[in-house]
Amino acid sequence: MYGLKLDWDPEPETKCFVLQDYQGLEPRWCPGCGDLAVLAALQRLVRDEQIPPEKIAVISGIGCSSRFPHYMKTYGFHGLHGRPLPIASGVRSRRPDLDVFVITGDGDCCAIGTSHWIHAIRYNMNMTVLMLDNNIYGLTKMQSSPTTRLGKKSNTHPRGTILGPLDPISVTLSITNASFVAQTVDWNPPHVLATIRAAHEHQGLSFVRIMQRCPHYTPEIWTEYQQDPSCIFLLDHPDGIPVDAGVARLFENKVDHDPSDLPAARDLAALDEVIPIGLLYRNPDAQRYDLAMHEGLDMPLDDRITAAQAEVDRFLI
Amino acid sequence: MTTVDQHVVEIVCDSGEGAQTAGQMFGTISARMGYGVWTVEIIPAEIEPPNRSRAGASGNRIRIGTQPIINMGDSADIVLAFNEQVLYSRIDVGAFGRGTRIFLENKWATDPDEGIRKDYADALADFEKRGYVVYEVPMEVECLKVVADARRGKNIWNLGLLCALYQYDPALVGAELEKKFQRKGTKVIEANKDLFKAGYEWCQENVDFGFQVPVQPSEGQSVVMNGNTAAALGIMAAGMDLCSMYPITPATSVSHYLAAAFQRTGGVVHQAEDEIAAIGFAIGASYAGKTAVTVTSGPGLALKTEFIGLAVMSEIPLVIVVVQRGGPSTGLPTRVEQGDLLASLYAAPGDAPKIVMAPTTIAECFHFMITARKLAEAYRGPVIVLTDANLATGQTLFERPVVEESWFAPPVDQSDWQPDVKPYAWDDDTGLSPRPIPGQRDGSYVLTGLAHDENSRIAYDSDINQRSMNRRSRKLHTLHKSLKPPVVHGDDSGDLLVVSWGSTGGAIEEAVDRVRADGGKLSCVSLRFLSPLEPGLKEIFDRFKKVMTIEINYSEPADEPGIPEANRRYSQLAWLLRATTLVDIDCWSRVSGIPLPPGVIEAELRRRINLKPRSGADVRIEAGLGS
Ligand SMILES: Cc1ncc(C[n+]2csc(CCOP(=O)(O)OP(=O)(O)O)c2C)c(N)n1
Ligand code: SF4
Ligand SMILES: [Mg+2]
Repeated sequence: MYGLKLDWDPEPETKCFVLQDYQGLEPRWCPGCGDLAVLAALQRLVRDEQIPPEKIAVISGIGCSSRFPHYMKTYGFHGLHGRPLPIASGVRSRRPDLDVFVITGDGDCCAIGTSHWIHAIRYNMNMTVLMLDNNIYGLTKMQSSPTTRLGKKSNTHPRGTILGPLDPISVTLSITNASFVAQTVDWNPPHVLATIRAAHEHQGLSFVRIMQRCPHYTPEIWTEYQQDPSCIFLLDHPDGIPVDAGVARLFENKVDHDPSDLPAARDLAALDEVIPIGLLYRNPDAQRYDLAMHEGLDMPLDDRITAAQAEVDRFLI
Repeated sequence: MTTVDQHVVEIVCDSGEGAQTAGQMFGTISARMGYGVWTVEIIPAEIEPPNRSRAGASGNRIRIGTQPIINMGDSADIVLAFNEQVLYSRIDVGAFGRGTRIFLENKWATDPDEGIRKDYADALADFEKRGYVVYEVPMEVECLKVVADARRGKNIWNLGLLCALYQYDPALVGAELEKKFQRKGTKVIEANKDLFKAGYEWCQENVDFGFQVPVQPSEGQSVVMNGNTAAALGIMAAGMDLCSMYPITPATSVSHYLAAAFQRTGGVVHQAEDEIAAIGFAIGASYAGKTAVTVTSGPGLALKTEFIGLAVMSEIPLVIVVVQRGGPSTGLPTRVEQGDLLASLYAAPGDAPKIVMAPTTIAECFHFMITARKLAEAYRGPVIVLTDANLATGQTLFERPVVEESWFAPPVDQSDWQPDVKPYAWDDDTGLSPRPIPGQRDGSYVLTGLAHDENSRIAYDSDINQRSMNRRSRKLHTLHKSLKPPVVHGDDSGDLLVVSWGSTGGAIEEAVDRVRADGGKLSCVSLRFLSPLEPGLKEIFDRFKKVMTIEINYSEPADEPGIPEANRRYSQLAWLLRATTLVDIDCWSRVSGIPLPPGVIEAELRRRINLKPRSGADVRIEAGLGS
């Protein structure tokens, strides 16, 4: 369909989707906001995969990042603060045919939505979860989030936060039945795209934490990593996230990490001062709750009616 | 032999002694014989209470009658008890009255433990003072003549006694025993048949009275079940295939039944991590085109309110079943209350108009699910169905529903959407609009809980907000127009009209009929729709000199010292009706945790219209409840 291929058959009915087909309203994020980079990457991914826009559901919570669905021209659900995962799981439970993406923030996922985060990971229903981590509550104007670094001044901690940050990757890796855990940085578009492509290909719940720039409230937090890419460890492995030569060249510090090695993944996540990017963990054999949920979905109406009558008749006297 | 038109039987024991099985069988057999039946489970508050505990009664109340039975009745006529202590938990809820006949296991009189012998003797003396008639029965001794382990057979022996007392045909019971114990093999069946026969014969030889309840077999087939099972079956028959829930008494059994039955009918129960996730999951499914149901009770409803507001705001069809229990907070988890009416109507951030319905009967618990699903879809929003612990666990007969194709949800619409139709193309008159479903080409929109315009675009514009609030509210008026005025039970006008909602309807009807038979000019009406209210209420109210509600939620009587009229707190339906009709509606309500017996209601109604108490009426139950 896309481009000239030898096995191409004329398909007059099939439309070839271009980027504009996925572009919704003009984004209203601040200039330089990392969310823009992620939006561009997701639009490219679904364009590359040629997924019909109506077959995509982008589901978010509340926050700057959660405005995301409005900027896509697909089905979207901009729901409640902290609750995108239950909604997405409900969609997935009845609609195996849709492609489900979840956009959540560090407050949305790791504070108000914590219980859903843990359980969604355990349910491992097929969906791609992008957690945009700017280390702050953006929308509500700079309150500390669970991932805010120790000592960072915010409106709720004017003298600096009291506690050190919670590490979302360590938490996710500790949840039973985790099946895909990756990390990337919004300022490297090829790596973002490669990561979400791998996440989307994965059958099960893929959790991607994206270090997100918030020039408005946390302009300083990633500068060091941007200026010195050696603070970033590129996870390198044939089973990991394939990267192009440019990315490979930029991140000179590479770690040979087998994504099936959970203890090694936990060790990497626990490292201070450096950010590992790439695929930390993948378990393609993790149980899938959505497959169990789909049982009976295709039962014909006539059979349903007969079965329901039989249930009623069990109570005949 | 005395002929009676209805009777109330209770069989109680320590948990694990099988009174529930025997009681249920007596109910089923009675129903099969053509009687009207209402049974109530008697459940101990703890999972494994100690034996001979006052809090540990386990068993059944079975009310049978010539006519259909619509409530649990007043004080018991016949009680079978395996020890004297469990009777006290029934006494606490006013289950017995002067003249109640109790068949009591007498082995405690000769128990080796002196304390037990004394407790038994004290109780006997106390029962006599209370006016009960006690028959001491050597249950264990008689059972041991037939089986080796009396603890495992006493229930069926007592079933025999009971069936002899009411002249039931032993052959019918034999067939029931075979069915019940089929899986346990012929040896068990034979042992139980022997126990039954022994109990039956013991009664014939030793009891010099008996009762005859005339039968009036009805036409057509009936089913018998409790309200939670009826709701579960209704959910299935409505074509809903996802029930998303978090366990909470007394709602959970809906999902227990569904979890098993869905395997056969195609569907799933999702046990979520909490009530918020449960409704979020259901909303996701509904958004994706499959209207789902979530089942809960008061504390769960409290957690769901933010999502209910979202469903109203973004117009997502959803059915929410609330099986009410005692509140506030954890309250009385297993007991009856109708305390969540106002929470259902109003608990949400801002104004969130939604449909709220309440079944009055167990049959309606079934049928309202079908209506609720259709209303949720047609009116594009959440529908709350309020039942309570009384309907949830009471069992009765109703006409066998014949499942129809039209009850089922249509398949998810995946046809192309018309590009020029907006996702919220509100009709100016009705507020209704068609809903695009993910997968429909050209229908893409972004649903949002923020204020939005017809295109589902976030809109902070004041005119747009005013207009969209108005359109969502208008849907209730559209439904209101299509509803019929409620049917008044009794004369069209009179001295007093009693208004109720939910499970109290049956007992109120019976009480009103008794007072009417004595010349009282009063009627009653039971409301099924609470939002919108059924039409014509003010016109009905205006034809009566006085109007009052009777409910099971908290209110203060007008004459209670220390309560200024201006600050009096009315029961919830009264509050709502006063506000909407400006009629000076009074109320009488109790939060005793138990269903209101008809006799208690009757006494209050007589007081209200200055009619003297019925002669022989048992004031004790009233006193017990009034405290
Ligand atoms: C129940 C509820 N509580 C609080 C809020 C207010 N609120 C909106 S967004 C937000 C935090 C957003 O932070 P994050 O999830 O990190 O997203 P960001 O804006 O940083 O992208 C809060 C507290 C809300 N909308 N709902
Ligand atoms: S406040 Fe921060 S996160 Fe929000 S839009 Fe601006 S830059 Fe992005
Ligand atoms: Mg944030």
